[in-house]
Order: sequence, then C-alpha cells, then structure tokens
Amino acid sequence: MNIIFLLIGCSLVLAVGFLMAFIWTVKSGQMEDDYTPSIRMLFDDKPPVTDKDELVSK
Amino acid sequence: MSKTAIAAKVSCFHCGDKIASSPILFDEKSFCCQGCQGVYELLSHSNLCDYYAISDNPGLAQKNPVSKVKFAYLEDDEIQKQLIDFKDQKISRIAFHVPTMHCSSCIWLLESLYKIDKGIGHCRVDFLKKQLSISFNHHETSLRKIVELLSSLGYEPTLSLSHLEETKKVSNNNQLLYQVGVAGFCFGNIMLISFPEYFGLDSLSHKTFSRLFGYLNMGLALPVFLYSSQSYFKSAYQSLRKGIINIDFPLALGILVMFFRSSYEVISHSGIGFFDTLAGLVFFLLIGKWVQQRTFDTLSFERDYKSYFPVAVSVLKEGKEHTVPVTKLKVGDRMLIRNQEIIPADAILLNGEAKIDFSFVTGESQPVDKVLGEMIYAGGRQTSAAIELEVCKPVSQSYLTQLWNSEHFTKDRVSQIITFQSVVSRYFTFALLGIAITAAIFWLLFDPSRSLAAFTAVLIIACPCALALSSPFALGNALRMFGRAKFYLKSPEVIEQMAKTNHMVFDKTGTITNAAQAAISFIGADLTKEDKEAIFTIANNSVHPLSKKIASFLNLHNIGNAGLSNFKELTGKGVSAHYGKSEVRLGSANFLSINSFEPNADVLASYVGVSINSDYKGFFKISHAYREGLKEVIDSLALNRELSLLSGDNNAEEARLKAFFPKDSTLRFMQSPSEKLLYINQLKENGQQVVMIGDGLNDAGALKAANIGISVTEDTANFSPSSDVIMDATVFNQLPKFFQYAKDTVKVIRMSFVVSLLYNLVGLSFAVTGTMSPIVAAILMPLSSISVISFTTAATWIYAKKRSLLQ
Repeated sequence: MNIIFLLIGCSLVLAVGFLMAFIWTVKSGQMEDDYTPSIRMLFDDKPPVTDKDELVSK
Repeated sequence: MSKTAIAAKVSCFHCGDKIASSPILFDEKSFCCQGCQGVYELLSHSNLCDYYAISDNPGLAQKNPVSKVKFAYLEDDEIQKQLIDFKDQKISRIAFHVPTMHCSSCIWLLESLYKIDKGIGHCRVDFLKKQLSISFNHHETSLRKIVELLSSLGYEPTLSLSHLEETKKVSNNNQLLYQVGVAGFCFGNIMLISFPEYFGLDSLSHKTFSRLFGYLNMGLALPVFLYSSQSYFKSAYQSLRKGIINIDFPLALGILVMFFRSSYEVISHSGIGFFDTLAGLVFFLLIGKWVQQRTFDTLSFERDYKSYFPVAVSVLKEGKEHTVPVTKLKVGDRMLIRNQEIIPADAILLNGEAKIDFSFVTGESQPVDKVLGEMIYAGGRQTSAAIELEVCKPVSQSYLTQLWNSEHFTKDRVSQIITFQSVVSRYFTFALLGIAITAAIFWLLFDPSRSLAAFTAVLIIACPCALALSSPFALGNALRMFGRAKFYLKSPEVIEQMAKTNHMVFDKTGTITNAAQAAISFIGADLTKEDKEAIFTIANNSVHPLSKKIASFLNLHNIGNAGLSNFKELTGKGVSAHYGKSEVRLGSANFLSINSFEPNADVLASYVGVSINSDYKGFFKISHAYREGLKEVIDSLALNRELSLLSGDNNAEEARLKAFFPKDSTLRFMQSPSEKLLYINQLKENGQQVVMIGDGLNDAGALKAANIGISVTEDTANFSPSSDVIMDATVFNQLPKFFQYAKDTVKVIRMSFVVSLLYNLVGLSFAVTGTMSPIVAAILMPLSSISVISFTTAATWIYAKKRSLLQ
C-alpha cells in the first residue's frame, strides 16, 4: 500500500501544475476577453505582427 | 421597370445603404457617396479587400466625413501624454474606445491597420469592450495620423474630456479569479483525499493513512482559509464595526469554526474534520460572487458631462487658429465653434449666426436662435455655420456643470440599497447564535463532553451557504436576461430596487417622443412655388411650434418678409396674412371654416390647414413621434404606480399628453434640470420609491437623485447620462414587462431562501444532538448549494420566458 504515498504525491504535483497554468492564463489576460479570439481564429490571413521586436528592427 | 426603381434596388458596396440617386461607379462596384468609395479605394490599394468578404457590406456610411482639422489637438504634447498609456524612445501604446465596431470584418480590418500605415505595429481588438489597442512607432507616424486614419475608415474613436482626467483603474477582478482558482484546486484535492473516509475504507488499511490524509487536508485548507476567504472576514469585520450584521458574518463565523474545529480534530487524532465542507463552501460562495460581478463592462454607467464635452476646441489668437484643450480654456478666450460642434463653456456670441440645439441639455427640441452679445450656455450644439464666442466662465464652473456639484453626485448609492438578503441575514444570524448557545447550555447540563461539539456543529451546518448563493445567482441571471432584452443594468442590486418602486417619472423629449421621427406631410392640391413661398414666409414669422415645423419642412431659402402684410396671429386658431396679392390662412379646421381635415383624425397628430384667397388647399399633418406603444406602456404602468411627466419643453403638447396619462398624474412643463431634481427629491421625502426615466444631460440630476435612473438611448454606444439602467430605445414598449420581471426575480429569491432554510433545518436537527458526522456536512452543503443554484437559474429563466423577454 506504500505506493499510495507516491501516487498522492504525483497527483498533487499534477494538480499544482494545473493551478499554475490557471494562474498564468489569468495573468496573461486570457480571461479578460473571451469573445474576440473565437472570431480571430477564423481569419485566413496571417496574424498581425505580434512581436514588438519586429517593429523595432524595421 | 423605370430607371429610378432600378437605382433604388442598388445598395452601396461599402456600407450596404440603399442608393437613392445615381450611384458612383468605381472598379465595377457602386457606392452611395464619395466617402464610401474613398474607403474602398484605400482598402483595395492596401490589398485589404478581404474586409468585404468576411461580412456583407460591413462598412460604415461615410456621408458625413469628419473634418481633418478636428484632430489637430492631438499634436499637443500635453494631450498626448494623457492619452498614451506607454511611451519609450520608439514605441507608443494607446487604447482607443471605438464604439462603431460591429462585426467580424471590423475586427479583421482594425487588426490589419499595420498594412495601411507602416508606422503601426501591433493592433488588437477587444470586441466586447469595443477597445482597440495599438502600438506604433512615433517616428514614422503620429497619434493624429492614426486617429485620422481610423476616422476616415469610419471608426472614429471616442476621445473625451473624461479620458484626460481619468486615472487608470486597476481591476480587482483578477484577484477574485485567483481566489476561485485556489479554492477550486483545494476543494477538488480535499474531496479526493477525503473519499476513503466517506466509504469507511480506512478500517481496511492502516491508521497512518487516515492521519496523513488529515494533515494533507489541513495543508490544503490553509490557502482556502487564509487567501480565498479573506473577503468574507474583511466584510464581516467592517460591517460589525458599523454595528450591522450582514450575511458575511455567519459565513465568516462558520468558516472560522470549521477550520479550527477540524484542525483540532486532526491534531488530536480524533477525526478527519470538515475541511471538505470548508473548501466546497468557499468555492461555491466565490463562484456566486463571480457570477454577480459579471456585468456589462462595455457600457459606461458613470458618465458625466465630461464625456459629453470635446477634448479640445479651436481658439483664435491674433487672427490665428490654435487648438486648446478644453481644460485650459480661460475666461476671455475667443472660441471658434463649427457646425455640429458642442460649446464647452458658457460664452458670449461675438460673430456669426447661432442656431443652438439644446435638446440634450434642456429638453427643448427646437434649435434656439441667439443674437450677437447674448450669453450661450455650455452643452449646446451649433447647427449652422461657424460662430465665434468669448468664454465667460471656465468649463468647470459653467451652468451645466453646476449640476454635478450637487450632493447627489458625490454620494455612493449602492450602499444605501437595503436588500432582502441583508434583512433576512440579520434575523438569521441571531436565530443561529440563539440555537447554538441553547444547544451548548443544554448539553452542558446533561452531557458536558458534547457541549462544544454541539455548539460548533450548529455553526458549521447552519453556515448560510445556500442562503448567500440565492441572491447572487437569481439576480445575476436576471441581469443577463435583462441584457438579452436590451435593458442593461449597472449592478444586480438594481433589480430589487426596481421591484420596490411605486412612482415613475418620465422625461418628454427623447424619452417618450422620438424627435428624429417627427413626420410632416402635406395632403391636398399641388402647391405652386408662389404658394409655398407664401406659406413658408408666414409660418416662419409665427411663434407657434407647429409653424416652425412647417417652415423647416418646406425648407426654402429665407426670402425676407417683403410682400408680407396684415400679419395676424390668433392664439389657439391660426395665422392669417397677406402675401403679395393673396390672402393666406394657416390654422385649425374651425379657423378655415371647414368641418374636418380627415374623416378619421389621428389623435396622435396635429393638423394645420391652408387656404389661399378663401380657397381650401389642403392640410399639413404633423405626426408627433411618440414612441411606439406609448399608450399601452403608460396604461399598464399606471395599474400599480403613480406617474409624472417632467418636460423641459413648453406646454404646447399638454392637452395631447393628458390624454395619455391617467387623471391623477402630474404633468409639469418648462422644467429646468434643477427643478426636475427638486421634484424627485420631494417625491422621495414623501416616502415614494421613484424611477426616473430620461435621456439627456438635463435629466442627469434627476436620474441620479431617483431610486432608479433609467436612461433611454437610441444607440448604447452613444453618450448617455449617469444612471442605473441603460435602455435601448427600441424596447421602450416592453418597459412594464421589465418591472414585472424584476418583481418575479424578487419572488424567486424568496422561494430559494425557503429552500435553503429547509436544508438548514435538516442539518440543525443533526447538529443539536452533537453527533454530526463530517460526511453529513459534506453531503448537505454541496447538495443545498447546488439545488439553490439550479432552482434560481431555472426559475429566473422560466419567468423570463413567461414575460417573453427572450426572443
């Protein structure tokens, strides 16, 4: 039954991973706009310049 | 088919409007105006014609192009600094509010702006907030160029005074999301770990697991206790200090007791505790809070005069035009106001022909002519050629802004609303404490070892989780139902307040009438050019509002009063005069000595007959554009509340409006903004719960003072004064339904309170015996919460169906 210690450890680590992922999504603003991305993904064109560096390098 | 019929069927390739006259042909496509064609040319030049492929005719009509001079103020460093969010040596970032975006083509085009202007880097649209964030290289382009580009495409951003003074607010919404996340994580894991205990599997294995699980649960419950439930402790403490007991007090008490009793059980190895119930409780509560907070971010309910005024104005100095931010206008400055521009400060007319539309400020629907040297109050809109004015009061002290200095604008109103929940929770808390103490004393007398257990068990099991969830879910749901019916509420609490109101006050212009729809037609014999001239000149000289409407309907050039003689105006009858050789009479049927104009006269319209040389020519029919279904709305609202009407207009329509309103209603005319406010306050002092429904800045004071302020707007993206509710004008005829639905919602809350109290009673019967097992709590708490959530959701939906709010 000692395997349970390991299993519980694994499940907790996994769950903490998901919690971190959730915190990251909130931080990066994915929870702020839940509508526009659903439309944006349907555009065929290549996405607008997203990298600030690209602009600087011009 | 005639040629005109074909032309009428063609619609503009850009904006989709019907083309009435000859279309402009370009690139084998037809356009309604130069503006639309210009946009198409610009887009096709930049290879952006996909814009037209995503939605049909996505463009915005360009018939009234904005003058480029308008944005000259954006060159000003001071203004730029206030508008731009971030700036380094090369890159600037700015967020615009673009109210005209409406479809997926808009998103696509706005995010492809970098293809038109090479200086633009990254564009991102938040469609629900109607916000466009742009980063650009300010060496290659400028703020002014970007705004001009946006305007030329039809996406003019809103730039107003309030943006300049606004301090950027940091939302605390993220904090709540983190708390929900943490509570959810802990809840799930604690449930998983508690499972063996529920099924009694522990007896099969070693006692060590039970202890390990206990400590793990305690560890997992710590973040819930210390982080996620913070706001409940804070709120309970704050209201206790004010001497009020709110719903958060028994919640905080329950959480506290649960945590410490469970920790004690785990550490003393006497049990596994109630950590599962604790985490579940906090998780459900936070979800309820989140549901309640999801309101209409896109609409601004707190706008004041500042968002109505322009950012900058043209000032003439030594014969040259400069652009000056409105905040820096000084007394004595000479302003230049063009057609359709708003006068930002009280000023004296120095030059030009002023025809000022004050409809938004005073409710008066006719533009007012002003003569040189006359004082013009801020807020009016010039509707003729450019005029020059001298500022005589700074913006912050003008007549219009005085309203906002009244105390109503500094008070926080939400805190004054006494909700049903707060009333119940006070009694509930006392009853709860009473039962807990009674149980403790009872066991102290008979079996002291069970006393503390019984006391804490009562506080745990009766923790009013379901009770605390019923209001947020019922109100939050109802709020969304209202939103689908185009009735947007500032916060869920407004619903309960709406249900209590018993007096409704209407504004006239723009609220129950729709000035844009006033229709005039002439029915009768064809009029010759001379006849029209005669009628126009006479109507133009008359002071009656109907004459003014006829004059503007005929829309002839003012040819002066030559040829006009014997002008006589008989009050209540009409006008007679000689024009040239003919004798002209304009007026009522009686005045023209005929029986009636139309066999079935329209009660909602006014008639003005015309006779020339005693020869009856026909009549003008002026239909008053009352909103559709006004009679039914008023009849139905009058059933259980009193009604009043406050109008800034003169009393020309009094008789007609009296027919609409019940006999005991108050109708007041020529009301200034402060008189309206005063009237609302009088009603409130008499113990009435008042709803004010209005549209303009002139109603702003009254809207704020009333228990509920509803502002009616033709376009929710436009300016509407600060209010609790923003209502789309198209749903005006559904107003009675909205109030019924508010009452239904309150009913739903009461029913769900009963449901949750029943659960509490069941739980209490276990708790008072002092023998409550954690598993009972762990089943009862989620069960009660989920049944309350599903009950309120279903009930609010069924009522919304019943009131046909969902279409």
